[in-house]
Amino acid sequence: MKKTPLNAIHKEMGARMVDFGGWEMPVQYRGVIDEHLAVRNAAGLFDVSHMGEVEVRGKGALNYIQELTINDASKLVDGQVQYSAMCYPHGGTVDDVTLYRFASDHFLFCVNAANTEKDFAWMQEVLEEGDFGEVHLSNVSDNFAQLALQGPGAQVILSRLTDTELDTIVYYHFREGLVAGVPTLISRTGYTGEAGFELYFPPDAAVGLWKALLEAGAEDGLEPIGLGARDTLRLEMKYALYGHELSPEITPLEAGLGWITALEKPSFVGREALVKMKEQGVPRRLIGFTMTEAGIPRAEYPVFAGDKEVGVVTSGTLSPSLRIGIGLALVDPAHAAVGTPLQIGIRQRRVAAQIVKTPFVKK
Amino acid sequence: MEFPEELKYTEEHEWVLVEDTIVTVGITDFAQDSLGDVVFVELPEVGAEVVAGKSFGVVESVKAVSDIYAPVSGEVVEINEELPETPEVINTSPYEDGWMIKIRIADTSDLDDLMDADAYQAFVEEEA
Repeated sequence: MKKTPLNAIHKEMGARMVDFGGWEMPVQYRGVIDEHLAVRNAAGLFDVSHMGEVEVRGKGALNYIQELTINDASKLVDGQVQYSAMCYPHGGTVDDVTLYRFASDHFLFCVNAANTEKDFAWMQEVLEEGDFGEVHLSNVSDNFAQLALQGPGAQVILSRLTDTELDTIVYYHFREGLVAGVPTLISRTGYTGEAGFELYFPPDAAVGLWKALLEAGAEDGLEPIGLGARDTLRLEMKYALYGHELSPEITPLEAGLGWITALEKPSFVGREALVKMKEQGVPRRLIGFTMTEAGIPRAEYPVFAGDKEVGVVTSGTLSPSLRIGIGLALVDPAHAAVGTPLQIGIRQRRVAAQIVKTPFVKK
Repeated sequence: MEFPEELKYTEEHEWVLVEDTIVTVGITDFAQDSLGDVVFVELPEVGAEVVAGKSFGVVESVKAVSDIYAPVSGEVVEINEELPETPEVINTSPYEDGWMIKIRIADTSDLDDLMDADAYQAFVEEEA
């Protein structure tokens, strides 16, 4: 299994380690519920060094990225981040990504860990098939470790270790600065719904920065957080997770990502299929539901409306914030309105649920 | 990690307290620690027949669903009614407040397959 530079520290700190897409990662330290609530109420530190990074340089970089991704990258300015995705020609999703613009000829993608090699191969294929001018593509995943510092206390904690004026970095923007003396890309982004930052820096600085942040945040209740709570935090916000809400069989339009799908762009891979899907009517919609009877929904459980099977659960959990079962499901659009009563097939029973407004937790 | 001497254990990490023909069943300290926060429990009804080695219910942590297996065959004569409301006691008190069901054992030879505390502790240490 692959290991991040913090692998030994996680074990020393008592984390339970699991295989996550070929990476040995901490799933929990103190417990998923306690960690989840720590991020909502104080602050949490996540090792996300397994995430992949791909650099795009050259005069043709923007042209290429416009063809490769579904969002409109021409709207980005230097120092800005964009949530986007890559699709196959049939409209299914290769991966969802964040795109960082350093300059008009210099961008960086952050991609899902387990998809890094697949994504990079796909990026090379799209590059070879088009004529974009000068473009240099490199998988620079080994050059970066990454930490996410998330929660209401995140900014005050980070401010103790940097002179960078964090107030002036607005949501989905980034700046390069020193954090505890380490050259760091400081990005005001995250996957929890809380205020916070994602920090990219050289892997050999990971242990020092991890310790410095935990020490700086101890008085504010900062604690290490595993992937278990990362999943429940994102689920409460209805953020998509590749392999659940997105896959080669699920288009961004079905997953509720129409807002990042710039169909008005003249061309991008998957555009024709997505335009056609929109014209003909999106066949499934991603909805959020809460259980109205006792039970915890899980991925793959069937969803019923009346006697009819109308969809499938993509992710589900007990919500640590709400203390009830919550889930996301892809359902027939005829049964996708907020307030619709549903039943979730849990083992041999059908358990009552209801479609609700999302995010589940208001921020 | 605790392994009370008076209990018998299964390879699926259930514990069994034998009192004459009635056995009380729960999951072990090792099992609750591996699961993490227990947030949901599903138990059979009183009067149900359970079969040794077959699932009689489930425990769910935040992350996962796990079956609980009957250590012996027999009739369920009592269930822990409070457990569905307070599943977290499985974490805090796996051997006492976290008990799950009582079974009237059909064939006491089922008990021969269970491990004593020392054997179970060795089994867990090998598995870990």
